[in-house]
Amino acid sequence: MRSVESFPISARVLHWLMATMILAMLFIGVFMAATVGPVYHTLVDLHRPLGIAILLLALVRLANRFLFRAPPLPDTLPPALKFAARASHVVLYALMIAQPLVGWGMLSAGAYPVTMWGGASLPPILPYDTALFATLRHLHSWLAFSLFAVVLAHLGAALLHGLVLRDDVFPSMTFRRGNGE
Amino acid sequence: MLALIRKSLTEKGGALRLAVVVAAPAAVAAAFVATAGWLSPDRLTPVTFMRDFHAVDGSHPGFRRNHAKGVCVSGWFDGSGAATPLSRAALFGKERSQVVGRFALAGGAPNQPDAPGKVRSMALRLMPTNGAEWRMGINDIPVFLVRNAADFSDFTLATAPVPGTGQPDPARIGAFLDKHPETKNALGLLKARALTSGFANDTYNSLDAFLFVNAEGGATPVRWTMVPEQTVEPPAAGEGGQDYLFDDLLKALAQGQLRWRLMVTVGEPGDPTADPTAAWPEQRRKVDAGTLTLTKAESEDGGPCTGITFDPLILPEGVAPSDDPIPAARSAVYSRSFTLRSDETKPPSEITPAAVRSGGQ
Repeated sequence: MRSVESFPISARVLHWLMATMILAMLFIGVFMAATVGPVYHTLVDLHRPLGIAILLLALVRLANRFLFRAPPLPDTLPPALKFAARASHVVLYALMIAQPLVGWGMLSAGAYPVTMWGGASLPPILPYDTALFATLRHLHSWLAFSLFAVVLAHLGAALLHGLVLRDDVFPSMTFRRGNGE
Repeated sequence: MLALIRKSLTEKGGALRLAVVVAAPAAVAAAFVATAGWLSPDRLTPVTFMRDFHAVDGSHPGFRRNHAKGVCVSGWFDGSGAATPLSRAALFGKERSQVVGRFALAGGAPNQPDAPGKVRSMALRLMPTNGAEWRMGINDIPVFLVRNAADFSDFTLATAPVPGTGQPDPARIGAFLDKHPETKNALGLLKARALTSGFANDTYNSLDAFLFVNAEGGATPVRWTMVPEQTVEPPAAGEGGQDYLFDDLLKALAQGQLRWRLMVTVGEPGDPTADPTAAWPEQRRKVDAGTLTLTKAESEDGGPCTGITFDPLILPEGVAPSDDPIPAARSAVYSRSFTLRSDETKPPSEITPAAVRSGGQ
């Protein structure tokens, strides 16, 4: 079997950890915004610290991303799609960082406590301003829908590479025997 | 690349693999749409409740969707220390927390006339120095009228005015009450409650059950009541006027402080926590957790209570939700109301800055 150039193990671990968290977060968010059931409170209490965890991991991941050279995209990919692949990753990083910040900022502007776990809470990052709260609350929804759309495109593209094109793109992000460093 | 896809399709299982590429994201998208409730128009959401309030009281942009007519107050809360064995929340210790509050009438009409029998509410934001704040909205009725969000929605719609008469349809209310003896009973208790002359000498109840959690992690079900130190008097004969309840409150605060004692009712095993229509036995232990002192009134226009939501699930460490389903529903619905009104232009409130300046004269 020919060798495949993989992402470093740190990048792969961060990728799959965050993929799980972000997908969970999108479903939690869209459900809690559309329920009045008893689970609402539990989900909101989970949503805040999970969002902050995603923000921290995204920053670690962004820093980590500058420490290695990503495996090159296969030459079989047309330039337009290579551009789309790179651009979609920039958008993914931007949304992973912006979405938790908008959530945090929105609670700050609405004078909500930004409660984490065990009674700890974060300070506000924006001034108290209810019009700003409303704007950020709407933006939070639209960024969520955008992030979900990009995640779906990412998933579709990954499956196309892995199942149909069967090039080196999909295995560069998976865990297989012998693709350590 | 298209050539690669075409080549793949000619291989064994190629079509199936391409189908997975399309179907997997489509399945995730479908799950997302279902989770968001876009396929279930009958699901109860915060938007449902906005529609319910609209059906009863019409459209009032900029105002709270319920308890729309109100006035801001402020002062402080002095913890007595007596509730510390029950809850580790800092504000129950012997310390002072700043308070922003709001008195209001139940209902979505911001200009409704005051009347002795209308439900009055007190909303509070307690801000201890450690930042672990506590918000609540409490009412001068003995029990809540319904057990859960679905019943609240149905009951609200049953009381909506019918086109033509402009009055609720008694048959519709009757049909709801036949199905809900707990609401019938709660309405009986509500009608039998002793009315007082105003906001200042009224008693306000949490109605919902919460858990107090102490330093050892022990949880105790509780409900609580704000008991006035002002002399309780029945409504004065012939009292009335569009804003007489609010004017009396402004007069009282112009003359001096108003005080309430926070009496915590300690639940015992078997006391219903999940059913806010069911009263707890009268002989339950009561703990005097501290004193609320209000010193100042302000109009909603420019006042500190307008741009916040009195979300009953903004709780300090040491106070937690119970299995009572109503606070979660209120939290979700208040959040929606807060977002909508924060985006709208609000006409002046009924209780104007000028009315507050004149001390309710």
